[in-house]
This record gives sequence, C-alpha cells and structure tokens, in this order.
Amino acid sequence: MSKKSFRQAINEALRQEMRRDPRVIVMGEDVAGGHGGTSGTVDAWGGVLGVTKGLLTEFGEDRVLDTPITEASYIGAAAGAAATGLRPVAELMFVDFVGCCLDQIMNQAAKFRYMFGGKARTPLVIRAMFGAGFNAAAQHSQALYPLFTHIPGLKVVVPSSPYEAKGLLIEAIRDDDPVIFLEHKVMYDDEEEVPDEAYTIPFGEANLTREGDDLTIVAFGRMVKLANEAADRLERQGISCTVIDPRTTSPLDTDTILDCVADTGRLVIVDESSPRCNMAADISALVAEYAFDALKGPIRRVMPPHTPVPFASVLENLYLPSVEKIEAAVKAAMGHRVPEIA
Amino acid sequence: MNASITPITMPKFGLAMTEGKLAGWMVRPGSRVKAGDDLADIETSKITNAYESPAAGILRQVASDGETLPVGALIGVLAEDDVSDADIDAFIARFAAEFATDEADGQEAAPAEPTVIDVKGRALRVLDLGHGDAPPILLIHGFGGDLTNWMFNHAALADGRRVVAFDLPGHGGSAKDVGDGSPAFFAGVAIDLLDHLGIGKAHLVAHSLGGAVALALAWQAPDRVASLALIAPAGLGPEINMDFINGFITADRQKTIQPVLGYLVHDKSLIGRKMADDILRYKRLDGAVSALMQIAATCFPDGRQADDLRPVLERGGIRALILWGEDDEILPVRQSGGLPPAVTIDILPGVGHMPQMERAADINRTIGTFVAQ
Repeated sequence: MSKKSFRQAINEALRQEMRRDPRVIVMGEDVAGGHGGTSGTVDAWGGVLGVTKGLLTEFGEDRVLDTPITEASYIGAAAGAAATGLRPVAELMFVDFVGCCLDQIMNQAAKFRYMFGGKARTPLVIRAMFGAGFNAAAQHSQALYPLFTHIPGLKVVVPSSPYEAKGLLIEAIRDDDPVIFLEHKVMYDDEEEVPDEAYTIPFGEANLTREGDDLTIVAFGRMVKLANEAADRLERQGISCTVIDPRTTSPLDTDTILDCVADTGRLVIVDESSPRCNMAADISALVAEYAFDALKGPIRRVMPPHTPVPFASVLENLYLPSVEKIEAAVKAAMGHRVPEIA
Repeated sequence: MNASITPITMPKFGLAMTEGKLAGWMVRPGSRVKAGDDLADIETSKITNAYESPAAGILRQVASDGETLPVGALIGVLAEDDVSDADIDAFIARFAAEFATDEADGQEAAPAEPTVIDVKGRALRVLDLGHGDAPPILLIHGFGGDLTNWMFNHAALADGRRVVAFDLPGHGGSAKDVGDGSPAFFAGVAIDLLDHLGIGKAHLVAHSLGGAVALALAWQAPDRVASLALIAPAGLGPEINMDFINGFITADRQKTIQPVLGYLVHDKSLIGRKMADDILRYKRLDGAVSALMQIAATCFPDGRQADDLRPVLERGGIRALILWGEDDEILPVRQSGGLPPAVTIDILPGVGHMPQMERAADINRTIGTFVAQ
C-alpha cells in the first residue's frame, strides 16, 4: 500500500492485468507515445497524459498498439478483437472523439451479445478522458457519460478517486461485456492510498463516501470530491449529508439511492454533464417515481448550463459545478433561503 | 485546575481515530455515576463503542448528542455537589483554552502506522507498539480479521510493555499464501515473526481461529509462550457457525456482508457500513477469497472444526485464561466447558463473538491483570 496518483493507479491496473492475462492488449492514438515517425523516441510520453507510460517497453509492440488517427478503424478493430478472443483496452483519448466511431460502439460492440443469442462475448474496454476544468475547449471537455448510459449493452464506469479507478478498471478488463471507462482529466494528479496488489470493485454497487442524516448528495466522478468538500463545510454548520458515488452509471445502483433518500428525505444531485437527459434528470425521475412520499422538499440539481463548455477559464469556472454551488443547493434543499450563485 | 472536577474527554479508540461523534449520552446530566459506568456511546468511522466513566461523581455534560469532536476534547465533567457552577464553568473555559493551545502546538504525536516486513520471504503487516521490561504480547486475530481487530486493546495493553499485532497470512495487508491453511501453519509463521522481532517468549493474546493458532504454537514451542489469553478460541470443540464462514467467503457487497458480520456481535447496531467497507476492500484483493477458502477447507471440513487442541491445555505447564461472550453466535460458549481447573474461564454475559470490541475496557483490564501476574 502506498500513495498513488489517479494516473499511476490506472497504469498499475493495466500493467497488472497485462501480466496476468496475455489476451489483454492496449491500443490507441499515442498510447506508446513518441514511437513511430522519425523521432526515434520510444515511449517518451506514454499517451498524451502519460497514463500508459512504460507499457510498450514491458509488453512490446504486439500488445501495445499505436494506431493511426482513425477512431472508426481502431475502435472497430478492438470490438472485433474482443469478439474473437482478445481482451482489448482501447483508448479513445478525449471522449469527445466518440463522434467518429459511435457506430462501432453503439451498433456493433454493444449489440453482439444480444443479437447473437448470447453466444458472442465482447470483453472490450474503451478508456477515455472527459470533463472540463482543463481549458481544453468545447470539443475536448465534455462529460458524455449520459450518452453511453443511454445505450443498452454498454457498462459505464466513472471513477471518483485513484483507489476506485484501479479496482474498477481491473473489474472492467475482467468483465465479458463492453465497458466504457471514463477518467476525469483534472484528476490525474490526485493521490490516495492504493493497494499494490490487484483488486476489483464490482459494478452496480454505489459507494457511500460519508453518511449523514439530513440530506443525500449523489455525485459522479470528480464531482464526488467537490460534494465531499461541500459536505465537510455543511457539517460544521450543522447539516449532515450522505454522499453517494454510484461508481457506474450503467448498471446504476438504484436501491442505494432510494434507500438513502428514504432515510434523509432530501436529495441534491451533482452532475457535470449537460443538463438535458443527464444522470441528474434520470435519478430525479427515479426518486420522484419510487420515493416521492419520502421527500420533504424539492430535489435540487447542480449542473452546468446547456451550452458548449467555454474555453476562457473564467467562463469555464462559471460553467462548472463548484463546492460553493453544491453548498448553496444543499441549503436550498434544506429550506434555507440563500442568495443565488451566478 | 480544581482537583474535585474530573474532565471527561473524547476517547481514542484505536490508532487511526482522530475524532469521534458523541452518538448519545447514556446518563442524564445531574446523575451520579460510578467509575466504570457506561457514560456515552462514541461513534468512530469504524464502530460505535460505549465509553466508561473514568471516576465517580455527578455528571455535567458539555457536548451534546450528535456532536463530532477531536480526540481529547472535553465532552463533560464529573464533580461533587459542593462544587459551584461558577467553578465548573471556569474549569471548562480553562480546559478549552489549554486544549486549543495544545492542538495548535500539534502536541498529538502522529499515530504509529503498521509496516509490511519480510519474514523468511513472506510479507507480513505488523504493528509494533510500546516497550518495557515485561515480556511482550503477541496479538493473533481470527478468520477474516486483521490487526485492526485489536484497535480498542492494542494501545491499552502496550502501557509499559511491547505489544505486537500482525495480519495472519492471507489476511489484511499480509501476503496471501496460506500454505495448507492449518493452525499449525500459522503457528509456524508466528514463531518466524517472533524470531524476526527478537522476541524469545511472549504472552499470546488470541481471538477465535487465532486462538487455535496460539494453542498450536504452544504445542509446537511451549518455551516461547509466557501465557495464553484466548478470546472465544477455536480448537476446543467441533461446532462452528458455517453460515458465518461461508457467508463471509461469498459475500461481495454491502447488502450481503452486513448480515454476515451481524453474527460477530451481540449488539447488531455496532456493525457499520465503514466496517463492512474495510472488510470488502480486503476481500476484493486478488487471492484473499481463495486464501479464506483454503483455510475453511482445512480448518472446517464438512462444517466442523477439524483441530482438537484441548490436549494443549490438558498438558498444562502454561498459564491460560479463556474469555468468552455468552451470546457467541460463531463458536458456542459451551466449548469452554470441561477444561482443567487450572484454566481460568471468564464468561461475559450480553456479549457476542468479539468481546475485545464489545467489552474492550473489561477485556483490557482482565488481560492486563492476567499478564502482569
């Protein structure tokens, strides 16, 4: 056990699974980082943000495949490789690039098992980074997990910390269905204690990062950290919150969400994705349908506005949910009158 | 400070505890209490435990139900009738000022952390506390446990004495190879650990399956054992609750593990989500579940305990104390019957399989006295 960053935790998960199972391969744009061309530099970067560094030198070019900039071809190739016996981990780099290969994911990988009567398995993992806060502008900052969550046949993982990332990625690699694994790009340097050994975290079981009596906060990915910070502040003001990290948006642990709402009677959902048809909308509907009688007041959602992610950092900060906005939403849900935060 | 006013402060249950929540007073303000009476329930991130009064007097509460306070902060005071309210208020104000200064000075030493050491090629996680001339204590946990099972006992026993806790192979932060999974195998590892730490002879304080390990160690190497203090030990009878053993092995989620952990304690409300989370974290490590399966297959084939270690106690020569919760749902308390009269037996009413957690103060007192003899 030692402190590891989100980046190291993901790297270690890939490395340990590649050592354990020769069928596990890695492919994507720049995953070997710097190889190819005329530079002569092998594995200089290890992916654009250094996540796959060291894999090429340990496992070689047969198992760490640098691909051309053609998402349609290599995501399709990864789906086919999965269907025929390998366990590929394909990196889509920025999740925004899914526009170039959605058919391969949505109509092919996600449908194989169902349309071949359960006879086909597609043990495919697609890793991608998502999220705003990095000044990467509108085409490289989206939080598209609701898009994948909407597609039956996919499992969707949104890890909230280094410990979570390692266990959930190993689970994803060992899973026999296509898994979309989304890493918030602002979290790569976050650190916490992570076991050196391999371990798994099952899909569809939410994690409660804290338990409280007054209100339930559901948050995803990096928003879990902000929700915990807000809950710390609120605790000092006498408001005690439960914070739920669902870990996976598909499957979604609806039981835990409903149980916690039944206990606390109040709900705030923090979702970095665009507000129409996002997880906050989905969970609000769930709670309104199955736990309406438990609610002591309206559900509050902390979300960005329905606009592209702005590039200018002041606007990007304004766009994103923040600790202050969560704190204000919790107080509003508690029935306090608070000034609106722009 | 006024000598007739006794401060009651947030206790430190276990090394990792930095703050606690006052889950509820059990005594009304103005009531008279004796030393040892339960004063309040203190909730940590892991478990809720009763806090016993350190002295006699009339209780004046300072903190309210539900408050979370750092370890050492004032939660109440005990005083006699003749102490005036003004004196008590002055005492509370002085205490608060001094506590704030201490905190700012950072006088609280960083808690000792367990370390992973290499013992004959095997990684063992060890927590080594205290020092003194008295023979050291080795703490041996049970099936599925780890060194944190001693969180309420380790520091208390380490007053003027070296006390070592470790994770058995296959458990906690130790390597997952468990050999044939027998008590004799674990006893061999414990002897290796004593050698490695330069401990010739130790008091063995052991719980559940750890009790069978301690008995096996005493059989293999009686000259290494100063005494045996066994809490609900395995090895003294055939019955064992296989619903617990099998449930513990197979459960992989909160919903399935919580009812299984309920077998461990008399008061089921002690089992919190955080405790279950810690166990799930351990169980999710590669190799942990297969280690547990190997141990269960060797120690409890066909749902019964395979090892009869009564001959160790019948042979005599080593002082032995046995503590058992009357309501133990894992190993029935009747297994403490029929032992040689030289063995001291202490049955605790209203306690389950984890007396060292459910009655920590009693257990610490009894074992402290026993090893000091």
